[in-house]
Amino acid sequence: MAKVLVVTSGKGGVGKTTSTAALGAALAQAGGKVVVVDFDVGLRNLDLIMGAERRVVFDLINVTQGVAKLQQALIRDKRLENLWLLPASQTRDKDALTDDGVRRVIADLRTKFDWVICDSPAGIERGAMLAMRYADEAVIVTNPEVSSVRDSDRIIGMLDSKTVKAEKGEQVKKHVLITRYDSSRAARGEMLSIDDILEILATPLLGIIPESQDVLRASNVGAPVTLSNAASAPARAYTDAARRLMGESIAMSVPTERVSFMNRLLGRRAA
Amino acid sequence: MEARAESKRQVLRFRGRSYVAFVFSPVVPIAGWLEEIDVTLARSPGFFVGKPIVLDLSGVDLSQAAIAHLVASLAERGIRVLGIEGASPELITPAMPPLLTGGRVCTVEQSEPADQPPPKSVEMPQPKSLLLETPVRSGQSIVFADGDVTVLGSVGSGAEIVAGGSIHIYGTLRGRAMAGVNGNSAARIYCQKIEAELLAIDGYYRTAEDINESLRHRPIQAWLDGNIMKISPLN
Ligand SMILES: Nc1ncnc2c1ncn2[C@@H]1O[C@H](COP(=O)(O)OP(=O)(O)OP(=O)(O)O)[C@@H](O)[C@H]1O
Ligand SMILES: [Mg+2]
Repeated sequence: MAKVLVVTSGKGGVGKTTSTAALGAALAQAGGKVVVVDFDVGLRNLDLIMGAERRVVFDLINVTQGVAKLQQALIRDKRLENLWLLPASQTRDKDALTDDGVRRVIADLRTKFDWVICDSPAGIERGAMLAMRYADEAVIVTNPEVSSVRDSDRIIGMLDSKTVKAEKGEQVKKHVLITRYDSSRAARGEMLSIDDILEILATPLLGIIPESQDVLRASNVGAPVTLSNAASAPARAYTDAARRLMGESIAMSVPTERVSFMNRLLGRRAA
Repeated sequence: MEARAESKRQVLRFRGRSYVAFVFSPVVPIAGWLEEIDVTLARSPGFFVGKPIVLDLSGVDLSQAAIAHLVASLAERGIRVLGIEGASPELITPAMPPLLTGGRVCTVEQSEPADQPPPKSVEMPQPKSLLLETPVRSGQSIVFADGDVTVLGSVGSGAEIVAGGSIHIYGTLRGRAMAGVNGNSAARIYCQKIEAELLAIDGYYRTAEDINESLRHRPIQAWLDGNIMKISPLN
Protein backbone atom coordinates (compact mmCIF):
# COMPACT_ATOMS: atom_id res chain seq x y z
CA MET A 1 0.00 0.00 0.00
CA ALA A 2 1.35 3.37 -1.02
CA LYS A 3 2.04 5.92 1.68
CA VAL A 4 1.75 9.64 1.10
CA LEU A 5 4.09 11.58 3.36
CA VAL A 6 4.25 15.37 3.66
CA VAL A 7 7.42 17.07 4.89
CA THR A 8 6.25 20.33 6.43
CA SER A 9 7.21 22.94 9.03
CA GLY A 10 5.44 26.30 8.84
CA LYS A 11 8.70 28.15 9.23
CA GLY A 12 10.99 28.53 6.25
CA GLY A 13 14.56 27.36 5.86
CA VAL A 14 14.46 24.71 8.57
CA GLY A 15 15.48 21.80 6.32
CA LYS A 16 12.30 20.47 4.62
CA THR A 17 13.83 20.11 1.18
CA THR A 18 17.07 18.65 2.58
CA SER A 19 15.00 16.15 4.58
CA THR A 20 12.69 15.24 1.68
CA ALA A 21 15.69 14.38 -0.51
CA ALA A 22 17.58 12.53 2.23
CA LEU A 23 14.60 10.48 3.43
CA GLY A 24 13.48 9.79 -0.14
CA ALA A 25 16.91 8.48 -1.10
CA ALA A 26 17.20 6.40 2.08
CA LEU A 27 13.76 4.82 1.54
CA ALA A 28 14.68 4.08 -2.08
CA GLN A 29 17.99 2.55 -1.00
CA ALA A 30 16.05 0.31 1.35
CA GLY A 31 14.18 -1.01 -1.68
CA GLY A 32 10.99 1.09 -1.81
CA LYS A 33 9.81 2.75 -5.00
CA VAL A 34 9.86 6.43 -4.12
CA VAL A 35 8.77 9.69 -5.70
CA VAL A 36 9.64 13.06 -4.17
CA VAL A 37 7.21 15.79 -5.18
CA ASP A 38 8.13 19.49 -5.06
CA PHE A 39 5.14 21.59 -3.94
CA ASP A 40 7.17 24.77 -3.66
CA VAL A 41 5.70 26.30 -6.80
CA GLY A 42 7.65 29.39 -7.86
CA LEU A 43 10.61 28.63 -5.59
CA ARG A 44 11.56 25.13 -6.59
CA ASN A 45 14.63 23.68 -4.88
CA LEU A 46 14.20 19.95 -4.78
CA ASP A 47 15.47 19.50 -8.35
CA LEU A 48 18.75 21.19 -7.35
CA ILE A 49 19.19 19.13 -4.21
CA MET A 50 18.46 15.99 -6.24
CA GLY A 51 20.86 17.13 -8.99
CA ALA A 52 18.13 16.92 -11.64
CA GLU A 53 17.71 20.58 -12.52
CA ARG A 54 19.02 20.19 -16.04
CA ARG A 55 16.53 17.50 -16.94
CA VAL A 56 13.29 19.29 -15.99
CA VAL A 57 10.85 19.53 -18.89
CA PHE A 58 7.38 19.30 -17.43
CA ASP A 59 6.27 19.92 -13.87
CA LEU A 60 3.55 19.32 -11.28
CA ILE A 61 1.39 22.19 -12.55
CA ASN A 62 1.56 20.90 -16.14
CA VAL A 63 0.35 17.52 -14.88
CA THR A 64 -2.45 18.91 -12.69
CA GLN A 65 -3.66 20.99 -15.64
CA GLY A 66 -3.48 18.07 -18.04
CA VAL A 67 -0.86 19.74 -20.24
CA ALA A 68 1.54 16.85 -19.69
CA LYS A 69 1.15 13.23 -18.67
CA LEU A 70 2.54 12.15 -15.33
CA GLN A 71 5.04 9.84 -17.09
CA GLN A 72 6.42 12.79 -19.04
CA ALA A 73 7.01 14.89 -15.94
CA LEU A 74 8.61 12.24 -13.70
CA ILE A 75 12.42 12.34 -13.64
CA ARG A 76 14.32 9.21 -12.71
CA ASP A 77 17.31 9.59 -10.39
CA LYS A 78 20.65 8.78 -12.03
CA ARG A 79 22.01 6.97 -8.99
CA LEU A 80 19.00 5.04 -7.72
CA GLU A 81 16.68 3.51 -10.29
CA ASN A 82 13.67 3.37 -7.94
CA LEU A 83 13.87 7.05 -6.94
CA TRP A 84 11.92 9.62 -8.94
CA LEU A 85 11.29 13.36 -8.82
CA LEU A 86 8.18 15.30 -9.77
CA PRO A 87 9.47 18.88 -9.99
CA ALA A 88 7.63 22.11 -9.28
CA SER A 89 7.19 24.94 -11.72
CA GLN A 90 9.54 27.86 -11.22
CA THR A 91 7.57 30.26 -13.39
CA ARG A 92 4.03 29.83 -12.13
CA ASP A 93 2.64 30.98 -8.81
CA LYS A 94 1.00 28.94 -6.13
CA ASP A 95 -2.52 29.80 -7.27
CA ALA A 96 -1.96 27.60 -10.30
CA LEU A 97 -2.31 24.58 -7.98
CA THR A 98 -5.87 23.41 -7.54
CA ASP A 99 -7.27 21.03 -4.98
CA ASP A 100 -8.81 18.87 -7.66
CA GLY A 101 -5.61 18.76 -9.71
CA VAL A 102 -3.53 17.75 -6.68
CA ARG A 103 -6.07 15.10 -5.71
CA ARG A 104 -5.84 13.48 -9.13
CA VAL A 105 -2.03 13.54 -9.29
CA ILE A 106 -1.64 12.08 -5.79
CA ALA A 107 -4.18 9.35 -6.57
CA ASP A 108 -2.23 8.53 -9.73
CA LEU A 109 1.13 8.49 -7.88
CA ARG A 110 -0.35 6.14 -5.26
CA THR A 111 -0.86 3.48 -7.93
CA LYS A 112 2.77 3.69 -9.08
CA PHE A 113 4.89 4.16 -5.95
CA ASP A 114 5.36 2.81 -2.42
CA TRP A 115 6.24 6.25 -1.05
CA VAL A 116 4.99 9.62 -2.26
CA ILE A 117 6.95 12.31 -0.39
CA CYS A 118 5.63 15.86 -0.69
CA ASP A 119 8.10 18.69 -0.02
CA SER A 120 5.91 21.49 1.35
CA PRO A 121 6.62 25.17 0.89
CA ALA A 122 7.00 27.25 4.04
CA GLY A 123 4.03 29.13 5.42
CA ILE A 124 0.39 28.20 5.88
CA GLU A 125 -0.96 29.37 2.54
CA ARG A 126 -2.45 27.44 -0.33
CA GLY A 127 0.76 25.62 -1.38
CA ALA A 128 1.41 24.28 2.11
CA MET A 129 -2.24 23.36 2.61
CA LEU A 130 -2.37 21.40 -0.67
CA ALA A 131 0.94 19.65 0.07
CA MET A 132 -0.56 18.21 3.29
CA ARG A 133 -4.13 17.80 2.03
CA TYR A 134 -3.91 14.13 0.91
CA ALA A 135 -1.17 12.93 3.29
CA ASP A 136 -1.33 9.74 5.34
CA GLU A 137 1.69 10.71 7.42
CA ALA A 138 3.58 13.90 8.16
CA VAL A 139 7.17 14.69 9.05
CA ILE A 140 7.23 17.98 10.92
CA VAL A 141 10.68 19.49 10.53
CA THR A 142 11.67 21.60 13.53
CA ASN A 143 14.81 23.46 14.53
CA PRO A 144 15.61 23.74 18.23
CA GLU A 145 14.43 27.31 18.57
CA VAL A 146 11.26 28.90 19.90
CA SER A 147 9.89 30.35 16.65
CA SER A 148 10.35 27.11 14.73
CA VAL A 149 8.69 25.04 17.45
CA ARG A 150 5.72 27.38 17.66
CA ASP A 151 5.22 27.23 13.88
CA SER A 152 5.42 23.43 14.04
CA ASP A 153 2.73 23.46 16.70
CA ARG A 154 0.56 25.51 14.39
CA ILE A 155 1.18 23.11 11.48
CA ILE A 156 0.27 20.13 13.67
CA GLY A 157 -3.05 21.82 14.42
CA MET A 158 -3.65 22.12 10.70
CA LEU A 159 -2.69 18.51 10.02
CA ASP A 160 -5.34 17.62 12.58
CA SER A 161 -8.03 19.75 10.96
CA LYS A 162 -7.38 20.65 7.34
CA THR A 163 -6.40 17.32 5.80
CA VAL A 164 -8.72 14.87 4.09
CA LYS A 165 -7.89 12.31 6.79
CA ALA A 166 -8.87 14.76 9.52
CA GLU A 167 -12.10 15.62 7.73
CA LYS A 168 -12.96 11.91 7.64
CA GLY A 169 -12.41 11.73 11.39
CA GLU A 170 -9.09 9.89 11.02
CA GLN A 171 -5.61 11.07 11.98
CA VAL A 172 -2.59 11.90 9.90
CA LYS A 173 0.27 10.02 11.59
CA LYS A 174 2.71 12.67 12.75
CA HIS A 175 6.46 12.54 13.38
CA VAL A 176 8.75 15.30 14.62
CA LEU A 177 12.16 15.51 12.93
CA ILE A 178 14.55 17.84 14.73
CA THR A 179 17.15 19.18 12.32
CA ARG A 180 20.19 21.46 12.57
CA TYR A 181 20.78 20.25 16.10
CA ASP A 182 24.01 21.77 17.30
CA SER A 183 25.34 19.74 20.20
CA SER A 184 27.87 22.30 21.36
CA ARG A 185 25.23 25.04 21.45
CA ALA A 186 22.87 22.62 23.18
CA ALA A 187 25.52 21.94 25.80
CA ARG A 188 25.78 25.66 26.42
CA GLY A 189 22.01 25.88 26.79
CA GLU A 190 21.66 28.13 23.75
CA MET A 191 18.98 26.01 22.13
CA LEU A 192 15.73 24.45 23.22
CA SER A 193 16.37 20.98 24.56
CA ILE A 194 14.97 17.88 22.86
CA ASP A 195 12.77 17.30 25.91
CA ASP A 196 11.36 20.83 25.75
CA ILE A 197 10.54 20.46 22.06
CA LEU A 198 8.81 17.13 22.52
CA GLU A 199 6.92 18.39 25.54
CA ILE A 200 5.61 21.38 23.60
CA LEU A 201 4.71 19.44 20.47
CA ALA A 202 3.40 16.30 22.20
CA THR A 203 4.26 14.30 19.07
CA PRO A 204 6.60 11.29 18.65
CA LEU A 205 10.20 11.90 17.61
CA LEU A 206 11.39 10.51 14.26
CA GLY A 207 15.02 11.55 14.55
CA ILE A 208 17.58 14.20 15.38
CA ILE A 209 19.73 15.46 12.52
CA PRO A 210 22.91 17.24 13.61
CA GLU A 211 24.01 20.56 12.16
CA SER A 212 26.74 19.59 9.73
CA GLN A 213 28.86 20.89 6.87
CA ASP A 214 28.13 17.62 5.07
CA VAL A 215 24.61 18.89 4.30
CA LEU A 216 25.93 21.95 2.50
CA ARG A 217 28.55 19.87 0.68
CA ALA A 218 25.86 17.46 -0.49
CA SER A 219 23.66 20.23 -1.83
CA ASN A 220 26.61 21.72 -3.70
CA VAL A 221 27.13 18.47 -5.59
CA GLY A 222 23.39 17.98 -6.13
CA ALA A 223 22.96 14.79 -4.13
CA PRO A 224 20.83 13.88 -1.13
CA VAL A 225 23.16 13.74 1.88
CA THR A 226 22.29 10.07 2.41
CA LEU A 227 23.86 9.35 -1.01
CA SER A 228 26.73 11.81 -1.16
CA ASN A 229 28.33 10.79 2.12
CA ALA A 230 26.48 7.84 3.63
CA ALA A 231 28.90 7.56 6.54
CA SER A 232 28.45 11.15 7.71
CA ALA A 233 26.55 11.91 10.91
CA PRO A 234 23.54 13.59 9.20
CA ALA A 235 23.31 10.75 6.63
CA ARG A 236 23.27 8.12 9.36
CA ALA A 237 20.62 10.05 11.28
CA TYR A 238 18.44 10.36 8.15
CA THR A 239 18.89 6.66 7.35
CA ASP A 240 17.77 5.73 10.87
CA ALA A 241 14.78 8.06 10.53
CA ALA A 242 13.83 6.41 7.22
CA ARG A 243 13.95 2.99 8.84
CA ARG A 244 11.69 4.25 11.63
CA LEU A 245 9.26 5.42 8.94
CA MET A 246 9.28 1.86 7.62
CA GLY A 247 8.21 0.68 11.05
CA GLU A 248 11.52 -0.57 12.43
CA SER A 249 12.35 0.35 15.99
CA ILE A 250 15.81 1.78 16.25
CA ALA A 251 17.29 3.31 19.38
CA MET A 252 17.38 7.09 19.27
CA SER A 253 20.76 8.68 19.79
CA VAL A 254 21.15 12.32 20.69
CA PRO A 255 24.12 13.73 18.80
CA THR A 256 26.83 14.65 21.27
CA GLU A 257 29.99 16.57 20.84
CA ARG A 258 32.90 14.20 20.48
CA VAL A 259 35.26 16.30 22.54
CA SER A 260 38.65 14.80 22.97
CA PHE A 261 40.45 15.04 26.24
CA MET A 262 42.85 17.45 24.57
CA ASN A 263 40.03 19.70 23.41
CA ARG A 264 38.50 19.80 26.82
CA LEU A 265 41.81 20.67 28.32
CA LEU A 266 42.33 23.45 25.83
CA GLY A 267 38.77 24.59 26.17
CA ARG A 268 39.15 24.91 29.89
CA ARG A 269 42.37 26.74 29.60
CA ALA A 270 40.88 29.13 27.10
CA ALA A 271 38.05 29.83 29.49
CA MET B 1 5.19 34.69 51.31
CA GLU B 2 4.87 35.33 47.64
CA ALA B 3 1.80 33.15 47.52
CA ARG B 4 -0.34 35.98 46.23
CA ALA B 5 0.92 38.23 43.55
CA GLU B 6 -0.90 41.53 43.74
CA SER B 7 -1.17 43.40 40.51
CA LYS B 8 0.11 46.92 40.42
CA ARG B 9 -0.83 47.62 36.86
CA GLN B 10 -4.54 47.32 36.20
CA VAL B 11 -4.71 50.24 33.84
CA LEU B 12 -6.79 49.44 30.85
CA ARG B 13 -9.79 47.21 30.58
CA PHE B 14 -11.15 45.99 27.31
CA ARG B 15 -14.23 43.97 26.83
CA GLY B 16 -17.00 43.43 24.39
CA ARG B 17 -20.54 42.47 25.08
CA SER B 18 -23.33 41.58 22.76
CA TYR B 19 -27.02 42.01 23.34
CA VAL B 20 -30.02 40.82 21.45
CA ALA B 21 -31.87 43.94 20.36
CA PHE B 22 -35.46 44.20 19.21
CA VAL B 23 -35.58 45.71 15.78
CA PHE B 24 -38.50 48.05 15.02
CA SER B 25 -39.15 48.48 11.33
CA PRO B 26 -41.69 51.29 11.05
CA VAL B 27 -43.94 51.50 8.00
CA VAL B 28 -45.87 54.42 6.62
CA PRO B 29 -48.10 55.88 7.72
CA ILE B 30 -46.03 56.29 10.89
CA ALA B 31 -49.10 57.29 12.86
CA GLY B 32 -50.72 53.96 12.05
CA TRP B 33 -47.58 52.09 12.96
CA LEU B 34 -47.44 53.89 16.32
CA GLU B 35 -51.01 52.77 16.98
CA GLU B 36 -49.84 49.17 16.55
CA ILE B 37 -47.20 49.80 19.18
CA ASP B 38 -49.87 51.24 21.46
CA VAL B 39 -51.96 48.08 21.06
CA THR B 40 -48.99 45.93 22.10
CA LEU B 41 -48.31 48.20 25.06
CA ALA B 42 -51.94 48.10 26.13
CA ARG B 43 -51.81 44.32 26.22
CA SER B 44 -48.52 44.12 28.09
CA PRO B 45 -47.38 47.37 29.56
CA GLY B 46 -43.68 47.49 30.19
CA PHE B 47 -43.00 44.89 27.51
CA PHE B 48 -40.19 46.96 26.05
CA VAL B 49 -38.83 48.26 29.34
CA GLY B 50 -35.10 47.63 29.67
CA LYS B 51 -34.89 45.98 26.26
CA PRO B 52 -32.47 47.38 23.74
CA ILE B 53 -34.43 48.70 20.75
CA VAL B 54 -32.99 49.37 17.32
CA LEU B 55 -34.93 51.37 14.75
CA ASP B 56 -34.55 50.05 11.21
CA LEU B 57 -35.48 52.84 8.81
CA SER B 58 -34.52 51.10 5.59
CA GLY B 59 -38.17 50.47 4.72
CA VAL B 60 -39.25 54.11 4.97
CA ASP B 61 -38.09 57.38 3.51
CA LEU B 62 -38.17 59.88 6.38
CA SER B 63 -36.88 63.43 6.68
CA GLN B 64 -34.63 64.46 9.54
CA ALA B 65 -37.59 66.10 11.28
CA ALA B 66 -39.72 62.98 10.82
CA ILE B 67 -37.00 60.77 12.35
CA ALA B 68 -36.68 63.15 15.30
CA HIS B 69 -40.44 63.06 15.74
CA LEU B 70 -40.52 59.27 15.59
CA VAL B 71 -37.78 58.91 18.22
CA ALA B 72 -39.59 61.41 20.44
CA SER B 73 -42.92 59.61 19.99
CA LEU B 74 -41.34 56.35 21.09
CA ALA B 75 -39.74 58.09 24.06
CA GLU B 76 -43.19 59.34 25.11
CA ARG B 77 -44.24 55.69 25.25
CA GLY B 78 -41.28 54.82 27.45
CA ILE B 79 -39.36 53.22 24.61
CA ARG B 80 -35.76 54.37 24.35
CA VAL B 81 -33.98 53.74 21.10
CA LEU B 82 -30.44 52.36 21.34
CA GLY B 83 -29.48 53.00 17.75
CA ILE B 84 -30.73 53.59 14.22
CA GLU B 85 -30.09 51.39 11.23
CA GLY B 86 -30.67 51.87 7.53
CA ALA B 87 -30.77 55.67 7.45
CA SER B 88 -28.30 57.85 5.63
CA PRO B 89 -25.73 59.40 7.99
CA GLU B 90 -26.50 63.05 7.20
CA LEU B 91 -30.03 62.60 8.56
CA ILE B 92 -28.78 61.63 11.99
CA THR B 93 -28.19 64.57 14.33
CA PRO B 94 -26.02 64.31 17.45
CA ALA B 95 -29.18 64.45 19.56
CA MET B 96 -30.46 61.23 17.99
CA PRO B 97 -29.38 57.69 18.82
CA PRO B 98 -26.27 56.66 16.87
CA LEU B 99 -26.27 54.98 13.50
CA LEU B 100 -25.49 51.25 13.74
CA THR B 101 -24.23 48.79 11.13
CA GLY B 102 -23.27 45.15 11.09
CA GLY B 103 -26.25 43.80 13.03
CA ARG B 104 -27.03 40.12 12.54
CA VAL B 105 -30.44 38.50 12.56
CA CYS B 106 -31.24 36.04 15.31
CA THR B 107 -34.35 34.51 16.71
CA VAL B 108 -35.64 35.82 19.97
CA GLU B 109 -37.55 33.72 22.44
CA GLN B 110 -41.03 35.13 22.70
CA SER B 111 -41.48 36.38 26.22
CA GLU B 112 -44.60 38.39 25.74
CA PRO B 113 -47.17 37.27 28.31
CA ALA B 114 -49.50 35.29 26.14
CA ASP B 115 -53.09 34.22 26.61
CA GLN B 116 -52.23 30.50 26.56
CA PRO B 117 -51.40 28.81 29.86
CA PRO B 118 -47.70 28.54 30.63
CA PRO B 119 -46.02 25.26 29.68
CA LYS B 120 -46.40 22.61 32.36
CA SER B 121 -42.91 21.22 32.85
CA VAL B 122 -40.27 23.86 33.16
CA GLU B 123 -36.93 22.50 31.94
CA MET B 124 -33.95 23.46 34.01
CA PRO B 125 -31.10 24.80 31.88
CA GLN B 126 -28.30 22.25 31.65
CA PRO B 127 -24.95 23.44 32.94
CA LYS B 128 -22.76 23.59 29.87
CA SER B 129 -19.11 22.71 29.47
CA LEU B 130 -16.69 21.90 26.70
CA LEU B 131 -14.07 19.17 27.01
CA LEU B 132 -11.03 19.12 24.71
CA GLU B 133 -9.05 15.90 24.82
CA THR B 134 -6.24 16.97 22.52
CA PRO B 135 -3.72 19.80 22.84
CA VAL B 136 -4.78 23.21 21.58
CA ARG B 137 -2.18 24.20 18.99
CA SER B 138 -0.68 27.55 18.12
CA GLY B 139 -3.08 29.59 15.98
CA GLN B 140 -6.18 27.78 17.20
CA SER B 141 -8.87 29.74 18.97
CA ILE B 142 -11.45 27.90 21.03
CA VAL B 143 -14.44 30.09 21.85
CA PHE B 144 -17.13 28.71 24.14
CA ALA B 145 -19.37 31.44 25.49
CA ASP B 146 -21.84 29.06 27.14
CA GLY B 147 -19.78 27.77 30.04
CA ASP B 148 -16.54 26.17 31.23
CA VAL B 149 -13.75 24.83 29.05
CA THR B 150 -11.56 21.93 30.14
CA VAL B 151 -8.40 21.03 28.21
CA LEU B 152 -6.69 17.71 28.93
CA GLY B 153 -3.52 18.67 27.04
CA SER B 154 -1.55 21.86 26.76
CA VAL B 155 -2.48 25.18 25.18
CA GLY B 156 0.30 26.26 22.84
CA SER B 157 1.99 29.60 22.51
CA GLY B 158 -0.17 31.61 20.13
CA ALA B 159 -3.32 29.60 20.90
CA GLU B 160 -6.27 30.93 22.88
CA ILE B 161 -9.19 29.69 24.94
CA VAL B 162 -12.15 32.01 25.40
CA ALA B 163 -14.84 30.86 27.82
CA GLY B 164 -18.01 32.30 29.28
CA GLY B 165 -17.23 30.35 32.45
CA SER B 166 -14.02 29.03 33.99
CA ILE B 167 -11.05 27.46 32.19
CA HIS B 168 -9.32 24.31 33.39
CA ILE B 169 -6.08 23.22 31.73
CA TYR B 170 -4.50 19.92 32.76
CA GLY B 171 -1.32 20.67 30.83
CA THR B 172 0.88 23.69 30.30
CA LEU B 173 -0.78 26.99 29.45
CA ARG B 174 1.57 28.75 27.05
CA GLY B 175 -1.02 30.77 25.13
CA ARG B 176 -3.93 32.93 26.24
CA ALA B 177 -6.82 32.08 28.51
CA MET B 178 -9.79 34.43 28.77
CA ALA B 179 -12.48 33.36 31.21
CA GLY B 180 -15.81 34.93 32.14
CA VAL B 181 -16.01 36.85 28.90
CA ASN B 182 -19.72 37.58 29.17
CA GLY B 183 -19.30 39.48 32.39
CA ASN B 184 -18.88 36.53 34.73
CA SER B 185 -16.50 37.88 37.34
CA ALA B 186 -16.73 34.65 39.37
CA ALA B 187 -15.02 32.68 36.60
CA ARG B 188 -11.56 31.32 37.32
CA ILE B 189 -8.59 29.98 35.41
CA TYR B 190 -6.75 26.86 36.53
CA CYS B 191 -3.72 25.32 34.92
CA GLN B 192 -1.21 22.61 35.69
CA LYS B 193 1.76 24.71 34.63
CA ILE B 194 1.74 28.39 33.81
CA GLU B 195 3.81 29.90 31.02
CA ALA B 196 0.87 31.97 29.78
CA GLU B 197 1.03 34.88 27.38
CA LEU B 198 -2.14 36.40 28.81
CA LEU B 199 -4.75 35.68 31.46
CA ALA B 200 -8.08 37.52 31.49
CA ILE B 201 -11.19 37.23 33.61
CA ASP B 202 -14.23 39.33 32.82
CA GLY B 203 -12.05 41.76 30.90
CA TYR B 204 -9.41 42.24 33.58
CA TYR B 205 -6.15 40.92 32.26
CA ARG B 206 -2.52 40.26 32.97
CA THR B 207 0.19 39.71 30.40
CA ALA B 208 3.20 37.43 30.81
CA GLU B 209 5.21 40.39 32.04
CA ASP B 210 2.80 41.01 34.91
CA ILE B 211 2.84 37.42 36.10
CA ASN B 212 5.22 36.99 38.98
CA GLU B 213 8.36 35.04 38.00
CA SER B 214 8.05 32.90 41.10
CA LEU B 215 4.77 31.50 39.79
CA ARG B 216 6.10 30.44 36.40
CA HIS B 217 6.06 26.72 35.61
CA ARG B 218 3.82 26.04 38.61
CA PRO B 219 0.20 24.94 38.89
CA ILE B 220 -1.90 28.02 39.60
CA GLN B 221 -5.36 29.42 39.83
CA ALA B 222 -6.38 32.93 38.89
CA TRP B 223 -9.51 34.73 40.07
CA LEU B 224 -10.89 38.20 40.51
CA ASP B 225 -10.92 39.96 43.84
CA GLY B 226 -12.94 43.04 42.97
CA ASN B 227 -11.01 44.71 40.22
CA ILE B 228 -7.77 42.89 40.86
CA MET B 229 -6.70 39.63 39.34
CA LYS B 230 -5.10 37.36 41.89
CA ILE B 231 -2.89 34.45 40.96
CA SER B 232 -1.88 31.85 43.49
CA PRO B 233 -0.01 28.55 43.26
CA LEU B 234 -1.92 25.33 43.81
CA ASN B 235 0.98 23.54 45.47
N1 LIG C 1 21.54 19.51 9.21
C1 LIG C 1 21.95 20.62 8.58
N2 LIG C 1 23.18 21.12 8.81
C2 LIG C 1 23.58 22.25 8.20
N3 LIG C 1 22.86 22.94 7.32
C3 LIG C 1 21.61 22.50 7.05
C4 LIG C 1 21.08 21.33 7.66
N4 LIG C 1 19.84 21.13 7.19
C5 LIG C 1 19.59 22.13 6.33
N5 LIG C 1 20.65 22.96 6.23
C6 LIG C 1 20.77 24.16 5.39
O1 LIG C 1 19.70 25.03 5.69
C7 LIG C 1 19.25 25.70 4.53
C8 LIG C 1 17.76 25.47 4.34
O2 LIG C 1 17.51 24.10 4.11
P1 LIG C 1 16.31 23.63 3.21
O3 LIG C 1 16.32 24.31 1.90
O4 LIG C 1 16.29 22.15 3.23
O5 LIG C 1 15.11 24.20 4.08
P2 LIG C 1 13.57 24.31 3.68
O6 LIG C 1 12.83 24.11 4.95
O7 LIG C 1 13.26 23.43 2.55
O8 LIG C 1 13.50 25.83 3.22
P3 LIG C 1 12.24 26.54 2.51
O9 LIG C 1 11.27 26.82 3.60
O10 LIG C 1 12.83 27.78 1.93
O11 LIG C 1 11.72 25.57 1.49
C9 LIG C 1 20.06 25.16 3.39
O12 LIG C 1 21.10 26.05 3.11
C10 LIG C 1 20.61 23.85 3.92
O13 LIG C 1 21.85 23.52 3.33
MG1 LIG D 1 12.30 23.89 0.65
